[in-house]
Amino acid sequence: MADLVVESLTTMPNGQYYRLILRGESPLLDCRPGQFAEVRIDQTDVLLRRPISIHFVDKERNEMWLLIQKAGKGTTALSSIQRGNRLNLVYPLGNGFNATDNDYRHPLLVGGGVGVAPLLMLGAAFRNLGVEPTFLLGARKALDLNELDEYEKFGRVFLTTEDGSLGEKGFVTQHSVLSSEKFDGVFACGPTPMMKAIAQYAASHDIPCEVSLENRMACGIGACLCCVEDTRNGHQRVCADGPVFNINDLKWQI
Amino acid sequence: MADLKVDLGKGLTLSNPVMTASGTFGYGTEYADFMDISRLGGIIVKGTTLHHREGNPYPRMAETPSGMLNAVGLQNKGVDYFVEKIYPDIKDTATNMIVNVSGSSVEDYVATAAKINELDSIPAIELNISCPNVKQGGMTFGTDPKVAKEVVSAVRNVYSKHLMVKLTPNVTSITDMALAVEEAGADSVSLINTLMGMAIDARTRRPVLSTVTGGLSGPCVKPVALRMVWQVSKVLSVPVVGLGGIMNATDAVEFLLAGASAVEVGTANFINPAVGEEIICGINEYLDQNGMNSVTELTGALIV
Repeated sequence: MADLVVESLTTMPNGQYYRLILRGESPLLDCRPGQFAEVRIDQTDVLLRRPISIHFVDKERNEMWLLIQKAGKGTTALSSIQRGNRLNLVYPLGNGFNATDNDYRHPLLVGGGVGVAPLLMLGAAFRNLGVEPTFLLGARKALDLNELDEYEKFGRVFLTTEDGSLGEKGFVTQHSVLSSEKFDGVFACGPTPMMKAIAQYAASHDIPCEVSLENRMACGIGACLCCVEDTRNGHQRVCADGPVFNINDLKWQI
Repeated sequence: MADLKVDLGKGLTLSNPVMTASGTFGYGTEYADFMDISRLGGIIVKGTTLHHREGNPYPRMAETPSGMLNAVGLQNKGVDYFVEKIYPDIKDTATNMIVNVSGSSVEDYVATAAKINELDSIPAIELNISCPNVKQGGMTFGTDPKVAKEVVSAVRNVYSKHLMVKLTPNVTSITDMALAVEEAGADSVSLINTLMGMAIDARTRRPVLSTVTGGLSGPCVKPVALRMVWQVSKVLSVPVVGLGGIMNATDAVEFLLAGASAVEVGTANFINPAVGEEIICGINEYLDQNGMNSVTELTGALIV
């Protein structure tokens, strides 16, 4: 648990997403891609912390990035925080993606909506391993796809929008790169229907696939058992046993 | 530095009156990164049943104004797993490790309590006759004084150490329930368990919880909890352990003033995983500032 200082808050063009850059007053704890932070919202009618996935960690500047969607009371209240304010975080939480488990040479990182958040850090991790990741990012419209230059620093970027305003028109699962290239690992985060569709693609091509779930949580540290997912190993805690799961462990019909 | 020690009787002595509530603190180890858990007066571990329970389907939680609903449904791996796999890891924790025992029949409660009775490093059980989240048993044992008496007496026969009984607030007369379990041999009572409630999503027209109803906890239940602790402590001879929405030391002091000898902290652990330690420090400060030598002076010291 630590207080971090708000360095900047950038509202994205769609008005719904915002990026917080937080600076540590002491060195940030080591975070793995796919891990998350429980953010305390200091507003009287918001009781619980909010689980937010770690977007990126800039070790040199000792900064953590969070990409957040104004989805409800807590995340909306947080969007009015000011530069210089302190934010209390319990982090890093969860297991994260297993980028080093296999000797991936051609990993595909698939994100939908605000679910793209953990993929930037995952892409950076692959780059550090000497592997060029392929990002496949999808959203409803062009305004929902942001910071593309950041992703391009680490790998190739392919885009889809439902209205065709940027990249290929349609869903990520319909993108031509999926049929034109062979990937050896798939890492996904986004809306559940999107992740199920991408899991189906991975399963049918016999590619290992990890997805990041966001079941509603209370404690975030494995104590309360509120956020469980029904897996092949019984009810598993998304906060402590996940949030990243191999699709083979889930009971999804794919 | 005031004396924070509390003796709840029958071998259960606490270094201070602050314990953590069952289901909110795992087995303690989950919180070891955030605080020195041995500083707590006690840790009441996750509800344990005779057999493995998968608990209720997701979603199990809904945030509500100044509170939260849960419907976990006693997910645990059963008492044998606890004895073989969990107990060895927690038995050397330098505080009172108390097991919350739950069940859906008198026989289940008895069998579970008998197994826990054999564990040297567990000085007490908290008998949960009040869980609102299990279809059979649980709360029904805690809403009828006759049935409560029956289950507590049966457990008393096989359990020789400190027997704390956790009461549900979902009753007409909390004092009738408390008196019944005291008569049946309880060494202390803890209250309140969660209040039964529900949350609805108007947009989807569906309940938020998979079980429709669940247990309400957090700051919103504190006034109800204080009232019940106050009523019960007036009529009981055995100590009362107070819980329900304690978020800070001032809340804990209020429960002691209402008549509790010790307190349990629950939902607050989710928001501040180091809150237990902070509450202990805060109680000590309160005693010092008010020139009191022992925390026992606070119990029931409400000026009416």
